[in-house]
Amino acid sequence: MADVVMAGTGGQGIILAARIVAEVAVRMGYDVKTSEVHGMAQRGGSVVSMVRWGERVFSPLIPRGHADFLLAFEGLEGLRCLPFLKPGGRVIVNLYRLDPLPVLRGDADYPQDYLEIIRGFAPGTLAIDAVEMARAAGNPRVASAVMAGALSSLLDFPADIWEEAIRTLVPARALEANLRGFAAGRRAG
Amino acid sequence: MRRRLLSGNEAIALGAYSAGVRVGTAYPGTPSTEILEELARFPEPYVEWSPNEKVALEVGMGAALGGARTLVCMKHVGLNVAADPWMTLSYIGVNAGLVLVSADDPGMHSSQNEQDNRYYAVMAKVPMLEPSDSQEAYEMVRAAFRLSEEHDVPVLLRTETRVCHSRSMVEYRQEREEVDLPYEKDYVKRVMVPGHARLRHPVLIAKLERLREEAERSPFNRAEMRSSRVGMVTSGVCYQYVREAFPEASVLKLGFTHPLPEKLIHEFASHFHRLYVVEELEPYLEERIKAMGIDAVGKARVPRTGELDPDSVGRALADIVEMDTGVRGGGWSPPLQEGLPPILNELPARPPVMCPGCPHRGVFHALSRMKAVVSSDIGCYTLSVFSPIEGIDCQVCMGASVGMALGLEKAFLSSEANRGKEKKVVAVLGDSTFIHGGITGLIDIVYNRGFSTVIILDNRTTAMTGFQPHPGTGRTIRGEETFALDLAELGRAVGVESVRVIDPWDLEETGRVLEEEVGAERSSLVIARRGCVQRERDREYSPYRVDAEACNDCGLCMRLGCPALVKREGSVAVDETLCAGCSLCAQLCRRGAIAEVGGDG
Repeated sequence: MADVVMAGTGGQGIILAARIVAEVAVRMGYDVKTSEVHGMAQRGGSVVSMVRWGERVFSPLIPRGHADFLLAFEGLEGLRCLPFLKPGGRVIVNLYRLDPLPVLRGDADYPQDYLEIIRGFAPGTLAIDAVEMARAAGNPRVASAVMAGALSSLLDFPADIWEEAIRTLVPARALEANLRGFAAGRRAG
Repeated sequence: MRRRLLSGNEAIALGAYSAGVRVGTAYPGTPSTEILEELARFPEPYVEWSPNEKVALEVGMGAALGGARTLVCMKHVGLNVAADPWMTLSYIGVNAGLVLVSADDPGMHSSQNEQDNRYYAVMAKVPMLEPSDSQEAYEMVRAAFRLSEEHDVPVLLRTETRVCHSRSMVEYRQEREEVDLPYEKDYVKRVMVPGHARLRHPVLIAKLERLREEAERSPFNRAEMRSSRVGMVTSGVCYQYVREAFPEASVLKLGFTHPLPEKLIHEFASHFHRLYVVEELEPYLEERIKAMGIDAVGKARVPRTGELDPDSVGRALADIVEMDTGVRGGGWSPPLQEGLPPILNELPARPPVMCPGCPHRGVFHALSRMKAVVSSDIGCYTLSVFSPIEGIDCQVCMGASVGMALGLEKAFLSSEANRGKEKKVVAVLGDSTFIHGGITGLIDIVYNRGFSTVIILDNRTTAMTGFQPHPGTGRTIRGEETFALDLAELGRAVGVESVRVIDPWDLEETGRVLEEEVGAERSSLVIARRGCVQRERDREYSPYRVDAEACNDCGLCMRLGCPALVKREGSVAVDETLCAGCSLCAQLCRRGAIAEVGGDG
C-alpha cells in the first residue's frame, strides 16, 4: 500500500496526474481512493490531490506523517505539504517557482532555499525541471505527465500499465505529448 | 458487474441513470456541479441548468408528478433558495421518485458557510441517506428512488465535499430501469390550500413512522461489532475516518439517518457504557441519541467547525478510548512529525486570485478610485476582496448584493453619520447570479425609487464552477442553441432609467461611465461585458513588457493585483508566461513604460 500527496497550484494538471496514478493502482488490483480540490481554490490558490492504495483504503484524506511520496509541482507548495510526508518518504520536486500574491506584492519572501529545506527533511529527494522536460517533449503543459513518470520510476508497476492508464485518461490530441513527457519523467527518476 | 474508479458525483449520476431518471435539474455549485454534467453524458434523460435552485426543484416537482423519476442537485446553500418548495413538496408527495442531492461543504473549501443540511430532512419530514464513499453514493441514489416512490415522499441524499470529490471503486450494473407512471389529477392531495394542507400534514407524520421502520431494516444502517469496550456511531465520510483512526472500535455505521433507527441504536448502545458520536459540523446524531437516554460523547470532544480527518478524530478521542480499553492511544497513533523545519510555520499564503486578464479587474480598479461602497455577490469577482484590490465591502449570498445596496442607500439617506455615502453605493454581481437571484432586487430598486448602481460583471459564463452556460449565453447544458436573454433589454424592461454596456478592458470608458452612473440620482444598470479570459485562451494576443528605463517604480500598476505583474529585484516586471495581454497595466502607466511585446511601444 502507499499514500501519495500531490501539491501545486490551480492549473498545473495535478488532478490529471492523480487520476493517472490512481488508474494504475486500480489496474494493479488495489483498492484505491483519491481526493481532489475543485472550485474556488483552483483560481490560482494552493491545490492538493491525494491518492491512496492498498488491500483496503478507508479515508480519502491522508493523515499527516503518512505519505510515502510527495510530488511537489511547485516549490512553496511542496514545502507546505511536507508535514504529510512520513519518515523515510520520498519527495519529487519540480524546480518551478510561482510567486503567490503576497510575494508578488513584496509583502512576504518566497522561501528560495525550498529545495535545501526539503532535502534536509527528506534525503533522497529527486529534483527535476518538469516544465523544461515537458517543453522538450513538445508541450510545456504536459509537466504533470513528467511528474507522474518520475513517480513511476520509484514504484514497482510495469511501464505498460502506466501507458495504458495514460491512454485511457488523456484525450487523443494531447496523448503523444503526454506519453513522451511521461517517458522523460520516468528516465529522470 | 463492472468496476470503475468514480468520484462520488459520477457515482450519483450513474446511479440515477441506472434508476431510470428521465429528468435532471440543477444550478451549478461546488461541490455538486459535476453530477448533472455527468448525467448529461447520457443521451436519454432531459437535463437542464435551471436559473436557480428554486426553479430546479420546481421543475423537478412537476416532472415527478408527471411520472418521471427526477434528480435535483445543488450545493448546501442552494437548498436555502429551494427551501420554499422543499417544505411543502413533502406534503403533496411525488408520484414518480424525486431525489434531491444536497452537497454540503464542511471546511468551506468553496462556500460562504458550512451549514449542516441534515436539518433540512428533519424540517421537511423526509427520509435522508448519507453515503460514505462512491459505492454507497451509487447504491443510495438507486435505493432513494424506490424509497421515494414507495412512501410518496421526496428523499434527501446528503453528500459532502469529500464524498463528491473523492474517487473510489464502484461496482455497478450496465442497466437502466424503465419507470413511467401515469399522471392522475388529485387536487386534494396536491393543491395546498389550508384545508387540504391540514389533511396532508398528519399523513406526512404517519409516513415518518413507517420510514423509521424502513431505517431499522435498511442495509445502510449496520452494527460492525469488534471491540467489546468501544462503540462509535458515525455517518457519511466520517465512517472512513473512524475506521482509520480506531480500527478496533465497534461502529454503528448509519447511512439512513432520518428518521433514525432508534431500536438499532438502543441495541448497539446496550453493549457499551457510553457511545462516541463522530460527525462533522452539528451534533445532529448526538443530540438525538442523548434524547433517547443514551450516554454519548460527541461535540464535547469532536470539533464542530471545519472538516474532520483521521487525525482530528484520533486526537479528539484517543485519551478516553485509552481509558476504556487500556490500549495506548486507544489504538490511534499520532502523526510522526519530528524534525519538521520551523520555516513551515511562516510560509507565505497563496490565496486564490483573479486571473491575469480577468475582465472584472478593470471595474474594481475604477470603483476603488471612486471610494465606492460595494456590495458584492458570489463568484470569481469575490476574489477582489483580497489585497491589493480590497474591492468589496460585503457579500452574503447569490443575488443579495442588489438588495443590500438598496438597503445601504436607504440607511445612508436618513443618516447624519454617513452623509453623502448614499451616492457611492454600488452592487456588483455576475451574469449568472443576476439571473439566479439579482433581477428581483433590481426591480425593487426601480420600484422603490432607489438610485444605487447595479453592475453586472458579464463574462458570458458561470466561471467559478467551471464554465457552465446560463440563460444569457444562448446555449443549453447539451450545447444546443437557444434564446439568449439580453440583460440590457431586461434592465430597460423593468424600468431602469440608464442602462450602459461597457468593455471592462477599456479603463477610460469604464471609469468615465461608472463616475457618471454611480453619482447620478437615477436607477442605473452597467453591464461590463467581456468573455472570461480562461475561456478564450486560444485568442491571439501579445503579452506586455515593462521598459525598465522608463519605469519609475511608482507602483500604480501593482494596485491592479494582477498575478502577471511581479517585483523582480525591486522593480516591476511582467511575467510573460502569465500575461493575458489585457493591457490594463499599460493603460494605467503614466510614463508609457509598459507596452506590448513586439509592439511599437
